[in-house]
Amino acid sequence: MQHFPKGSEQNSTAPKTKGIRTAFEKGMNILFFLCGAVAVLFVLFISIYLIVSGIPAIREIGLTDFLFGDTWKSTSKDPQFGILPFILTSVYGTAGAIIIGVPIGFLTAVFLAKLASPRVAAVIRTAVELLSGIPSVVYGLIGMTVLVPAIRTTFQLASGATLLAAIVVLAVMVLPYIISVSETALTAVPKEYEEASLALGATEIETYFRVSVPAASSGIAASVVLGVGRAIGEAMAVMMVAGNVPNMPSLLESVRFLTTAVASEMSYASGLQRQALFSIALVLFLFIMMINAALAILLKKGKKS
Amino acid sequence: MQEGTIISARDLDLYYGENQALKKISLDIPERQVTALIGPSGCGKSTFLKTLNRMNDLVPNVRIEGLVEYRGQDIYMPKLDVTWLRRHVGMVFQKANPFPMSIYDNIAYGPRTHGIRSRKALDEIVERSLRGAAIWDEVKDRLKKPALSLSGGQQQRICIARALAVEPDVLLMDEATSALDPISTSKIEELIADLKKQYTIIIVTHNMQQAVRISDKCAFFLMGQLVEFGDTTQLFSMPQDKRTEEYITGRFG
Repeated sequence: MQHFPKGSEQNSTAPKTKGIRTAFEKGMNILFFLCGAVAVLFVLFISIYLIVSGIPAIREIGLTDFLFGDTWKSTSKDPQFGILPFILTSVYGTAGAIIIGVPIGFLTAVFLAKLASPRVAAVIRTAVELLSGIPSVVYGLIGMTVLVPAIRTTFQLASGATLLAAIVVLAVMVLPYIISVSETALTAVPKEYEEASLALGATEIETYFRVSVPAASSGIAASVVLGVGRAIGEAMAVMMVAGNVPNMPSLLESVRFLTTAVASEMSYASGLQRQALFSIALVLFLFIMMINAALAILLKKGKKS
Repeated sequence: MQEGTIISARDLDLYYGENQALKKISLDIPERQVTALIGPSGCGKSTFLKTLNRMNDLVPNVRIEGLVEYRGQDIYMPKLDVTWLRRHVGMVFQKANPFPMSIYDNIAYGPRTHGIRSRKALDEIVERSLRGAAIWDEVKDRLKKPALSLSGGQQQRICIARALAVEPDVLLMDEATSALDPISTSKIEELIADLKKQYTIIIVTHNMQQAVRISDKCAFFLMGQLVEFGDTTQLFSMPQDKRTEEYITGRFG
């Protein structure tokens, strides 16, 4: 890096130093641009790589057989590559996590943003932050040792590693995202709206649910979409609690998600099987892209209003 | 309490933490008249206004001593239902604050909150309130449009209509025209003259000409104290207190 002697920089009227500074500015600009380009290049690279490596298997198997086939037997003599069980498991698992996680997360957010005393709110907020920082393998581990046996004894099953276990774990995992994004949206609602409602003789609870929540609705919806994205992309924790059997999804049976389908066979897959795993990753990628698009639209809408 | 008094304050003290914002205020507000509260910034006039519908309850660490009665009812009685009070003593704020909803839903918000569900009844209330706030003709064809798409002056009249929709008895206006242009201001002043036939209006204003134009009674606040209270014409032509005279002749404030 170029050092400027202090005195000469201050007094200098000579155009000599200016040239060096301009070159430095230009150089830095290029460096910043390159750093910014890294992210774009990676996204492009991953997208192209997935499309290129995901399409051959789909062509060979046939799009309908691949997406809507209900049997996955990748290693049998007469292999079948139907990923409908994985798609439905991912969809059901995510839906279940959202059904449990959203009401709890949403009400927590309302509590934190509007009702809790500062001290209580600080405690809960810290807990929520810690929850989001716990690695997914820890969620999986606890799910495996606590939740799975509990489900087995409660429902008297041969194995407690089920879709239900995955749903519960995912619900806890999406909570922090739903809480913090919803809370931010609720806190951003102008005080004036709430004052107006209270001045009309509405109670606090009426005010929060009839004025604050509608005013924050796009942010709250964004929190749900973010939760969906988290749940559908999670692999490690569900791998550990869902049993990892390619069944059609049912609450009390072992299941395999899109993510775990890729993760569990990749280490030994070859040939068409290996290619099919890339196709699964492509399907997952498309799901995530759709969710991100929905999120972007919602956040944009929120900014406008 | 005097005949025709609707709100009466007796020895009202208000503290924000250690800081005393109102000192021994005693004041009788006459029914169906316009009472203006004037005084320099920080004199306590807005604070006093907000004690009348207990919006000061929202401020943390606020403490109130003394008596405020609305139609003979002690409004700081521990068991009092604040929503009841606020339904009868409505408020319009300095900054127009319509909800981010349609014009119709803004007006219907209060009545719906108080249990009116019938579409027909709500339609009637919405029309009556918007007419009452002299804005019906401007918005009748776009009741489903967002209230926030209106101009500032229109938004403020929507807020007045929203307050009227719960059929209050008293209307508190906290510098309701200070953020508006002169034309919108004069529209609202005309509206106030009209509304006082039916409602008791208490208005905080920075603008002494406005107080002269629209109010029947006027109260001059200074540093948390009520300096002078009387007929507006009297107060502005023959102020009894030297400080009032100095303020209205523009020597401070």
